[in-house]
Amino acid sequence: MLSEKLIDDKRRTAEALLAALPLPEGESAWARDARARARSRLLDAGAPIRRDEYWKYTDPTALTAPAAPVAPAPEGGLPSALALFAGHAARRIAFVNGRQRPDLSDDAAQAGLAIAPLGEVLAHDVTWARGLFGALEAAGQEKVARPLAALNTAAATEGAALHVTGAVAEPLHLAHTQIGEGAALLRHLVRVESGGAVTLLESGIAGNTVMEIDLAPGAVLRHIRLQDAPERPTATHVFARLGAGAKFQTFTLTADGSLTRNEVVMEFAGDDAQGHIAGAVLGRGESHVDNTVFVTHGAERCESRQVFKQVLDGAAKAIFQGKIFVRQVAQKTDGYQISQSVLLSDDAEFSAKPELEIYADDVKCSHGSTTGALDEGGLFYLMARGIPLRQAEAMLVGSFVEEAVAEIADEDLREIMRARVADWMGARG
Amino acid sequence: MLEIRDLHVRLEEEDKPILKGLSLTVEAGKVHAIMGPNGSGKSTLSYVLAGRDGYEVTGGSATLDGEDLLEKEPDARAAAGLFLAFQYPVEIPGVNNMTFIRTALNAQRKARGEAEISAPDFLKQVRETAKSLNIGPEMLKRAINVGFSGGEKKRNEILQMAMLAPKMCILDETDSGLDVDAMKLVAEGVNALRAPDRGFLVITHYQRLLDHIVPDVVHIMVDGRIVETGGAELAARVEREGYGALVKATA
Repeated sequence: MLSEKLIDDKRRTAEALLAALPLPEGESAWARDARARARSRLLDAGAPIRRDEYWKYTDPTALTAPAAPVAPAPEGGLPSALALFAGHAARRIAFVNGRQRPDLSDDAAQAGLAIAPLGEVLAHDVTWARGLFGALEAAGQEKVARPLAALNTAAATEGAALHVTGAVAEPLHLAHTQIGEGAALLRHLVRVESGGAVTLLESGIAGNTVMEIDLAPGAVLRHIRLQDAPERPTATHVFARLGAGAKFQTFTLTADGSLTRNEVVMEFAGDDAQGHIAGAVLGRGESHVDNTVFVTHGAERCESRQVFKQVLDGAAKAIFQGKIFVRQVAQKTDGYQISQSVLLSDDAEFSAKPELEIYADDVKCSHGSTTGALDEGGLFYLMARGIPLRQAEAMLVGSFVEEAVAEIADEDLREIMRARVADWMGARG
Repeated sequence: MLEIRDLHVRLEEEDKPILKGLSLTVEAGKVHAIMGPNGSGKSTLSYVLAGRDGYEVTGGSATLDGEDLLEKEPDARAAAGLFLAFQYPVEIPGVNNMTFIRTALNAQRKARGEAEISAPDFLKQVRETAKSLNIGPEMLKRAINVGFSGGEKKRNEILQMAMLAPKMCILDETDSGLDVDAMKLVAEGVNALRAPDRGFLVITHYQRLLDHIVPDVVHIMVDGRIVETGGAELAARVEREGYGALVKATA
């Protein structure tokens, strides 16, 4: 139990976080209500502190320093950070300093897709958005508080609102970059109707980013993120709700950079759905990457998979917290979780906290976690064929990460991730 | 070609001597076999020559064409022309078998200051060689040794040996885990590589492999030393009398 003083401190920090950000204006009544409820959630929970069980391995101090929004960036050419995923056919929606930049974006219009800036749907009575904005975030707080996500619902005014009604041919690429100091918040809303399918790419993630994803029965969404050396502390939340037979895949590669906490909160609301959550972490120097996953099985015969691989060098730290929560109704659940780390140096550190909470009696759930050096037998085998040590290590690291990369459906995107892993190993020197 | 003189080796972890003054010379164009009971140090010898960690050389030398092997890293030994066919080839998921062989070949060429092999030349050569070893294209595309049967793993070792074209080949218990047909196929692969400028050291517990790869010289190894050397007929004697008689005779 936290002392009253700590609870007071948490609330005061939450108040300060809210006070630093302007109150959104010109929104419809339903959006204002959703914001007000999110403010209450945030103030009730308080800002996260290290003493919170959920933040045991990651000190949230860097994520809870109150900051005013970063000033708009000057107009200009395309910052190179927005060019990630270059070479992969995708329509870019660019954000700079937390603000959408149509001048740097592609024309996203495609069959089966309606896309609007977040502010636009919050100003009108858009039925699908009304049932989604803040709703999955609120539901995701049932078992554990996620105050930074509530802060996002309360204050984020920019992002993309996507309504997918058919199979969208080209992926959308949500790209962000930040120039200058200050807070940047993005909130994306995604509703995929039955028969809809879309691939979303994300790169250069803003400091506080939340994506709410609502999949109607049979809908398909693939989500691939590249967090390449984030310059500032980053907290992201992906909330996904899956209807019957829906398919959801999310993969994130995080390489180096500042403190990063990625939470994925997925709920099976309909039977026979499939949700795969995967990630790869490449950490060196002082980098600190925390992947926290919460899967709720609330329907029958759903399959969840969590596959996380971390490669850690220098004094890097990685954390994996993964929970499978199976409600009593969720018979025939198939839940799988694996988190594995390779430590390339003595000072690197990996902490894993797998959790199962199961109330149904006919389920199959498993989890595993390993940490260790690269396989000595494999290294010797490759070297005995003439491959020098550094190259052999890179091959084994590629092999190690492959199980997570293989979760990506598209071979071209898999290659982009493999190449990033190879570059990272090549830069070891 | 391969010259081992008075080699002493101990296991680092257990501080236990394994090789106790082993001497052996394999000439170019010759096939030497080492036979010995379990625990005599046969596999240790192959690992020490290839450069595996965990062994400490406390005395003696090993050279390939006059070049010191023991000071080199494993990859440099391979580039110098040494090849070890593993008793237990390692499975490496996620790395394509053909990519692996090409990476190895080009790494060796680079180390020797030679140009890389062109992709079409490599492809042609690897397909032809694979075919002769009854290795289909799907085995070339799979991850290294993953899901391979025992026979497929050993044939894959011989494929690598053929592609890397080493001067000196060491085969460590290549017959273990193979049925007669698989062993014949592997032996044919090895025999096809016999050449006047190439030496072989075939390490085996049983004589049966030596029926198919007929050695020029047979050594019997007991307790870290060569205790007897002879022709192919020595292998037949071991098969008849067992190692017990030889151990007693040299004790």
